[in-house]
Amino acid sequence: MSAKKLIQGIAFTTAFMTLAACGNSANESSPSVPASPSEQASPSSEPAQASPSEEPKENVELTFYYPIAVGGPLTATIEGMAKEFTQLHPHITVKPVYTGSYADTTVKAQAGVQSKNPPDVAVLLSTELYSLLDMDAILPLDDFIAKESGDYLSDFYPAFMANSQTEGHTYSIPFQRSTIVLYYNKELFKAAGLDPEKAPQTWEEMRDYAKKLTKDGTWGLEIPVSGFAYWMFQTFALQNGDNLMSPDGKKVMFDTPENVEALQFWSDLAMKDKVMPQGVTEWGTVPSDFIEGKTAMMYHTTGNLSNVKNNAKFDFGVSFLPQNKSYGSPTGGGNFYIFKGIDEKKQEAAWEFIKFMTETERAAQWSIDTGYVAVKKSAYETERMKSYAADFSPALVARDQLEYAAAELSTHNNGKVSKALSDQLQAVLTGTAQPAEALKKAQEEADKALAPFNK
Amino acid sequence: MGRLRMRWKTNAFAWLLLLPSLVFLFLFTFYPIAKTIRLSLYEADLATPVPMFAGVDNYVRMLGDEVFAKVMVNNALFALGVVPTSIALALLMAIFANKAIRGTSFMRTAFFYPTLIPMIAVANIWLFIYTPKYGLLDRAMQSLNVGEINWLGSPDYVMWAMIFMMIWKEAGYLMIFYLAGMQNIPPDLYESAQMDGVSSWTIFRKITFPLLMPTTLFVSIIALTNAFKLVDHLFVMTKGGPNNASSLLLYYIYETAFSFWDQGMASALTLVMIVVLLLFAALNFFGLDKKIHYH
Repeated sequence: MSAKKLIQGIAFTTAFMTLAACGNSANESSPSVPASPSEQASPSSEPAQASPSEEPKENVELTFYYPIAVGGPLTATIEGMAKEFTQLHPHITVKPVYTGSYADTTVKAQAGVQSKNPPDVAVLLSTELYSLLDMDAILPLDDFIAKESGDYLSDFYPAFMANSQTEGHTYSIPFQRSTIVLYYNKELFKAAGLDPEKAPQTWEEMRDYAKKLTKDGTWGLEIPVSGFAYWMFQTFALQNGDNLMSPDGKKVMFDTPENVEALQFWSDLAMKDKVMPQGVTEWGTVPSDFIEGKTAMMYHTTGNLSNVKNNAKFDFGVSFLPQNKSYGSPTGGGNFYIFKGIDEKKQEAAWEFIKFMTETERAAQWSIDTGYVAVKKSAYETERMKSYAADFSPALVARDQLEYAAAELSTHNNGKVSKALSDQLQAVLTGTAQPAEALKKAQEEADKALAPFNK
Repeated sequence: MGRLRMRWKTNAFAWLLLLPSLVFLFLFTFYPIAKTIRLSLYEADLATPVPMFAGVDNYVRMLGDEVFAKVMVNNALFALGVVPTSIALALLMAIFANKAIRGTSFMRTAFFYPTLIPMIAVANIWLFIYTPKYGLLDRAMQSLNVGEINWLGSPDYVMWAMIFMMIWKEAGYLMIFYLAGMQNIPPDLYESAQMDGVSSWTIFRKITFPLLMPTTLFVSIIALTNAFKLVDHLFVMTKGGPNNASSLLLYYIYETAFSFWDQGMASALTLVMIVVLLLFAALNFFGLDKKIHYH
């Protein structure tokens, strides 16, 4: 597998270099621009009689922090995009800095904020919104959006914008976003006498299917618990009633009767029905289990679609998560933020860069490269996306599910609040606590963490 | 005052020699500790962008914090599980490796190699070993027909799994110190013991072990502090879960600082960590030290 990845990597790099070489002639003059700021004064660069309002643009350098959270040689892709951007905007040089995982990137960006040396623009989890606001680290984007022609945001999926906006302001632009979908192994479905073209539609159906699919050495279903327990729980909560927090990020509703029921269903799958492993299942091993045929179905992010597609040796299907009262899934993933305390010219350049990175065609390509859901509706009207989806229909499932998707858990003091919930979920799933008391405890912890913001 | 100046003068040369390391100690140890102590008395989190003096508030909150109590107990168990066993194992391995010294260095290499692997890599290897169903351990257990255990996903087993891994990682490292210690034991002691026809167990009990006591002291400090310092594996393997069952103090400090952004509390926790480590050092140096040096 690693050899395959290596070859893919080499092929990709080669392709990219060829592309870069093609663009070279256009690029030839631009490297000299940042090198000599005095060029502005020289008559050759701009007509001398240019009116003051159209004065030549000053050179701007942007530092751009980005994480990578899914497999594949994506640093090369991002760097290629940044170079392409500079070709179109010769006065702006983007310096992409790969900063590790989402958590690492957040730490680095926040450390920059506290030492008054923030990055200019960064991709961070959409759920960092309130933490970044509380640190006074990010810029509202309303003014930039207002300057764009038409309703700039209308092309973005509303479910993705939900984590970007609070109290009437927009603070981030969606970039690499996902939802949770159900993956299922069609061959194991056939072997168990189930219709391989029909995924379970309801909770009850999923439980029945899972019972039929559970055999010695194979689980019917796996749902990862480590790391993102709260995210997985949101699926059940949304399907059984409502989201877990208020839109202003100041309140959480963990211990509602609907949520207790939802958690009971989840834990029963392991404890009572025994169609799912007990205890905490690791985020990273669930896809491996699926690829190895150790589980017939799994809940996982769409971000893993390309991984499963490349490595599964059997026919698999992707579908909406089963519904109870309704369909539902939280969104996930990262957004673009512009940081406060940077030069106004840099802010404008950063906005240009964000617009460029989320352009329709580019959003479509980024989705094809990664498996993330393209953030714009128009991306699904492009030729490249249409032909990709024609060959590989699962690429559209996550997009279609967006109609039922809601914001990911994101509140003030988000780290503490989401951990309060995740810890208690783990307690229930390892059999050391009961759903009602666990959610009550999570609610108390979260209320304590949110108290200062409700004064 | 005059006496002090005299001392300064006579010691000027010594101070000059110490200066470079003192500068670094001050910059990277004492100054940050002072800062930490100060910050631990402030409320500095997401709700209070401008830090507010809060006295011992953070410490009071800490005492009521269930997770703090849990990580302290976890860390004590972790140290208790790892330190004595890995020291005993290190000594045993050193004795074997010391014998093999004339033959082959294979044994030494075999004992030492876990130490050479970075902790993150070790964690990934053991993550695979502990994986249910197709992990190495579970496969072995399947062939013996004992049921499968989700080692890392169950609060009952996760600590044992961590302790076992850490012993494997640490013992080889500690062995090196014992090997060095053994080279320092005068061979004539062994020769005269042999002349007297003493059994090898008695030789170990009366010569090797007592003369290695300074090494044991040193090794136990290293091992104890490591039990509090090494948390890299948690990032890879469990993230402290399930429900904090494998979380350790340093990991909790990291979480508090960089996930909760509660800097005041993180500083207070750091101070607890420093005090714990100083306590171990003090206990060893001022308590045990006097008893075990033979002059």
